[in-house]
Amino acid sequence: MIEMLNFEFMQNAFLAGIVLGVVLAVVSFFVVLRRYSFIGVGVAHSAFGGVALGSLMGISPTLTALGFAVVVANAIGYIGRQERLSTDTAIGIFFALAMALGVIFIGLSDKYNTDLFGYLFGNILAITRTDLVIVSVVGAVVLFSCYIFFKELLFTAFDSEVAFVSGMPVVFLDHFFLTILAVSIVISIKIVGIVLVSALLVIPGAAASQVTVRYVPMIAVSIAVALISTTGGLIISYYADLASGATIVTFASLIFFIMVGAGRLRKR
Amino acid sequence: MIREKTVSEKPVIAELSDVWVGYDGKWVLKSIFLDCRAGEILGIVGPNGAGKSTLLKVILGLIRPDRGSVTLFGKKPGKAARLEAGYLPQISHAERSFPVTALDVVLMGVYNRTGLFRKPGRKEKETAMEMLARVNMTQHAGHPFGSLSGGQQQRIHIARALASKPKLLLLDEPSTGVDSVAQEDFYILLAKLRDEEGLSVIMVSHDIGVITSHADRVACLNTEVHYHGEPDLCLSPEVMEKVFGKDLKIMVHDPRCATCNKRHNND
Repeated sequence: MIEMLNFEFMQNAFLAGIVLGVVLAVVSFFVVLRRYSFIGVGVAHSAFGGVALGSLMGISPTLTALGFAVVVANAIGYIGRQERLSTDTAIGIFFALAMALGVIFIGLSDKYNTDLFGYLFGNILAITRTDLVIVSVVGAVVLFSCYIFFKELLFTAFDSEVAFVSGMPVVFLDHFFLTILAVSIVISIKIVGIVLVSALLVIPGAAASQVTVRYVPMIAVSIAVALISTTGGLIISYYADLASGATIVTFASLIFFIMVGAGRLRKR
Repeated sequence: MIREKTVSEKPVIAELSDVWVGYDGKWVLKSIFLDCRAGEILGIVGPNGAGKSTLLKVILGLIRPDRGSVTLFGKKPGKAARLEAGYLPQISHAERSFPVTALDVVLMGVYNRTGLFRKPGRKEKETAMEMLARVNMTQHAGHPFGSLSGGQQQRIHIARALASKPKLLLLDEPSTGVDSVAQEDFYILLAKLRDEEGLSVIMVSHDIGVITSHADRVACLNTEVHYHGEPDLCLSPEVMEKVFGKDLKIMVHDPRCATCNKRHNND
C-alpha cells in the first residue's frame, strides 16, 4: 500500500477515490430513496455524447460531458412530469440519443487521440493534480448543497405530493437534485467510467438501507461502503493489475451482497 | 351532546363554483357547486371513479379545472392557500422502508415553517411531540415508520398534517387499511379537533356509513353532485340510485339507517 502511493497518479487516484466515495455515497442515499437508479444510468451514458463532442471540437471532454449530463438530467425530469410521458420513457430515449450522437461525433472526427475506452470504463492514469482539485472543489459544492437542502430533499423523497401541498418547491428541488446527480457523475467518470459510475450511485445507499432504519446511520453506512469500495478497489486493482473502475464496482457489489445477507440475519 | 346546526352561518372557507374537469375528452367532474364552512366536517361520498380524489386535488390546486372557479380561504388555490391546508392522500407514496422514525415524519409537517437552510430545533420537536400525543402515538415516536401498522401510520400522517397547524384538513379515503376500532378512534379525534380547535375537514370516502355517521354535511358525488346538505337526507333512494346505481343495497347500520331501528334508539 505504501509502495503504490509512491506514484503520483496513484496518490491522485487514491485521494480522488476518497472524495468521490463521500460524494457518491451521499448522492446515492437520495438516488435510492427517490428510485433514481435508472436515471443515473441514463444520465451517465448521456455523458458519452458530450465526451465525443468535446474531442471532436478539440475542447475539454469533461466540460462538454458536463453540459450533456446536466441538460439530459433536467430534460428527463421535465418530461417525466408530463402527463402522457413517463420518466423511464424519457430515459430510454435520451440514453440512446446521446450515445448515438457520440458515435456520430466520433465518426466525424478524423483523429483518434481521445481515450474513449478510458472514458467508458475509467482510467486512473488520466487523473492529474488539476483533476483532483476539480473533483475536490466540485465535490465539496455537491455535499454542501445536499446539506443545506437536506430536509427539503428528504421530504420530497418521502412523498412529493404531500411535500408540494406543504409548500415545498418540489419542481425546483427535483431539478436541483438532478443537476447535482449529473455533476457527481461527470466528476466520477475518470475514475470509474461512464458505464460503471451508475453502480456507485446505487450500491452505497442500497447496501446501507439493508442494515439501517434511520437516515443518519444510513448515510454514515453509505459513506463507509463507498469509501471501502473506492479505496479497496483501487488497492486490489493496483496489486492484481486489474482495471480500476471495474474492480471498484465488483468490490462494491460484493459488499452489497454481504450487507443484504447481514440485513437478513439481523431481522431474524 | 347536541351540536347546534349553525353550520350555514359560518364563513365559507372552500368553494367550488361550476367546476368542470376532464381527462381525454371525458368529464370526470361536471358542474360542481360545493362549499365547505369553517368548523364543519364535510363528507364526500361516491363510488370508485366518481371523481372524489380529483375533487380534493382541485380544491388544493394540484389539478386545474377546465372550467369554473375554486376559492380556498378566499384566495385562488395557490401556495399561500395551501399552506393553511393539511392533506392526507389516499395512497401515500411513502415507502415502508423509508429510513425515518414516526417523529421524523411528523417533523416534516413543520418544515415549511422552519425556513430554508434551518434544521428543525427543539421548538419544532416539541410541536411534533404535541401532535403525536394528540393522536395517541407518543410511545411510538422513536419507532421506524415502516414498522408501524396501517392505522398507526395513518395517525402519524394526521399528526404530520396537523403539525403544520392547518385550518382545513383534506382526507382522501382515511379508512383504507385501518381496522374498525382504529377507525372509530380516528373519527372521535376528528370531532374533537373540530370542536376544540375549529378545524374544518373535507373527507372523501366510498363508504356511505362512515360519511353519514361522522360528517356534519354530506355531498353525494358521481361526476356530478347529486346532493349537498345534511347527512339525514342523503340516504334517500333517489339520491342513492343516482350516485351508486340501481342495484345498491345499503349494508350499513348507522343512526340514520331506515330499515334498522334496533340499535340506535338511544342516540
